Amino acid sequence: MNSIVSSVNPYATSPRPLPRSHARLTVCLLSSLIWAALACSKKEEAPTAQPSVAAAPVSDKAAVAEPLKVAFSYVGPVGDAGWTYAHDRGRKAAAEKFGTKISTSFVENVPEGADAERVFRDLVDQGNQLIFGTTFGYMEPMLKVAKDFEDVRFEHATGYKTAKNLRTYDSRTYEGAYLAGVVAGHATTTGTLGVVASIPIPEVIRNINSFTLGAQSQKPGIKTKVVWVNKWFDPPKEGEAAQALLNQGADVLLQNTDSSAVLQTVEKAGKLGFGWDSDMSKFGPTAHLASAVIHWAPYYEKAIGEALAGTWQVGQSWWGVKEGAIELASLSDKVPAAARTRVAEITAGLKDGSFSIWKGPILDQAGKTVLEAGAVADDKFLLGINFYVKGVEGTLPGPK
Amino acid sequence: MDALSLLSAASIDAGTALALASLGLLVNERSGVVNLGAEGMMLVAAIAGFATAVHTHNDYLAFLAGAAAGGLLAGVFGLLVIWMNTNQYATGLALSLSGAGISAFVGVPYTQEALGERASFAIPWLGELPWVGPALFRHHPIVYAAMALALALTWFLFRSRAGLVLRAIGESPDAAHALGYPVRRIRLACVVAGGAACGLAGTYLSVIYTPLWVEGMTAGKGWIALALTTFATWRPLRALAGAYLFGGVTMLQLHLQGQGVDVPVQVLTMLPYLATIVVLVLISRNPTWIRANMPASLGKPFYPGA
Repeated sequence: MNSIVSSVNPYATSPRPLPRSHARLTVCLLSSLIWAALACSKKEEAPTAQPSVAAAPVSDKAAVAEPLKVAFSYVGPVGDAGWTYAHDRGRKAAAEKFGTKISTSFVENVPEGADAERVFRDLVDQGNQLIFGTTFGYMEPMLKVAKDFEDVRFEHATGYKTAKNLRTYDSRTYEGAYLAGVVAGHATTTGTLGVVASIPIPEVIRNINSFTLGAQSQKPGIKTKVVWVNKWFDPPKEGEAAQALLNQGADVLLQNTDSSAVLQTVEKAGKLGFGWDSDMSKFGPTAHLASAVIHWAPYYEKAIGEALAGTWQVGQSWWGVKEGAIELASLSDKVPAAARTRVAEITAGLKDGSFSIWKGPILDQAGKTVLEAGAVADDKFLLGINFYVKGVEGTLPGPK
Repeated sequence: MDALSLLSAASIDAGTALALASLGLLVNERSGVVNLGAEGMMLVAAIAGFATAVHTHNDYLAFLAGAAAGGLLAGVFGLLVIWMNTNQYATGLALSLSGAGISAFVGVPYTQEALGERASFAIPWLGELPWVGPALFRHHPIVYAAMALALALTWFLFRSRAGLVLRAIGESPDAAHALGYPVRRIRLACVVAGGAACGLAGTYLSVIYTPLWVEGMTAGKGWIALALTTFATWRPLRALAGAYLFGGVTMLQLHLQGQGVDVPVQVLTMLPYLATIVVLVLISRNPTWIRANMPASLGKPFYPGA
């Protein structure tokens, strides 16, 4: 508040006649702008200052050879308990595995947009040789920066564009959604499930469908209601959407958003829910059925290992239960034995390739066959899903 | 019918934050001061309350801390605009922006905290009633406190002597000054009270409603509360009704989606502001309406003895 006092004081202490009020207004506006600028720059500085802090503990152990510098750019705070938290667990696991051979650092809260490019350039300036970007919206900035620094390797999560030194990786979150659906199928008493969905892109639609298919595999005729909040991370709104679903008779909820707000709302209402991306059992001690967890560690260990060994190559990875990247974890006591067995069977089946989630016959919402009986969907089909399967209620929001 | 009852309950819950904040702002606007910093005060109070709840496990202490934080910020604002006569609108904007920054900065260690088990509330006999029970009688005590506050303010502003003085200062600070009332001190008290109410609203969001701390979690509710005071033509009961109405619009939109009705989300988000503009147009067209409702000295600086 000091800056306002000092900058406004000369006008304020000696009241002037009204005509000068324009000058006063200008000063006030200026000071408020400075304040705004200060408030904003503080937020942006914090993350850029972070790498050196985060890097310190790892690089302390004086390396024999120069360690490989690896950096991560996160879209949210590492404390979001969901998406970004899961990535940071992967980073820590890799840092532990390679010890003094690498030094890792991260920048959190990097918005998708123009700022991201600046952060990636910064990370290159700091001498990082392998840089991970963990959200879809970094695609264009990473492509641009990758082109300018061809000796630095880039890895982009959930994207689809690659370059000479930029490759993509993703996880099959829909496998976790399907397994959660299997549990939900046993847990629901009303036969109506709910999903709090973020942004209508194929990934999220695929998860809603897989959740529904998983539930229907246990109890045919189960319905799923969907509410879109159009944000990845907006806890109050996620909670309101969850409340709306509960009010309409859904008794088991899943969310494809990044916070634990849905689980907390479910806990308050005495209904059931799941954790998503990370283990969220502590946010809903009684409501939590299981968490669909993403393990990024196996991929990060592989990627960094390749960079160290010099075998790093451009490609596209999409890892799931088979590679240990997806798991339905922390099943609660409320999950009946039958559901547990089924989850274990499916997990084993996904691991050895004997089980496919997207295997026909699969009908869309209107009852039209989208996958013939016996046919197994390939990745191209999965990546382009833009319809609801039978049993999902409501209409898909138009193309965004 | 059941869905309607639950929708009403959800609307009341959603509207309570708006109601608390706009009732507070209404008091300080009645005394002639506009505080555009509602959003910033709510955010700072939200983190202050959440942190208190995390450390003490006591929701009521959390509300106390939130109200204190809101009141403190409002006090600083009051000193600036009442004694130094800085422009109320610009200072309020600065408060709003800096409040957002401060709360984000202070809140970093709390982003992953979970509060303990949340108690549910029901009024013993009334809560069991078939339809009205779930709709009206199963809320957190603060929800009823907001309703009581609206009633109390109506009495205070329009039936008590102190309320008359407060309104007189809002209408003509010079006249009140000439009669010997300490205009600046009364205005400061009103501003602090307004800040404390915004603080309660912020704490309600982070401790009871969501309950989580996230940067920028008020998501524009402070601005809606400001719009509401105008929408309600500075009358407490209308502000309360308006808050539930706006809360209802938010919840209705999500309910409609759940029922498979395709609604343009963006249009519904715009509604509270559109409604406010319509009300402004209506009351501005009619001089008697304005005179009857809007405090005449609203937003104007006051120089004693000038």
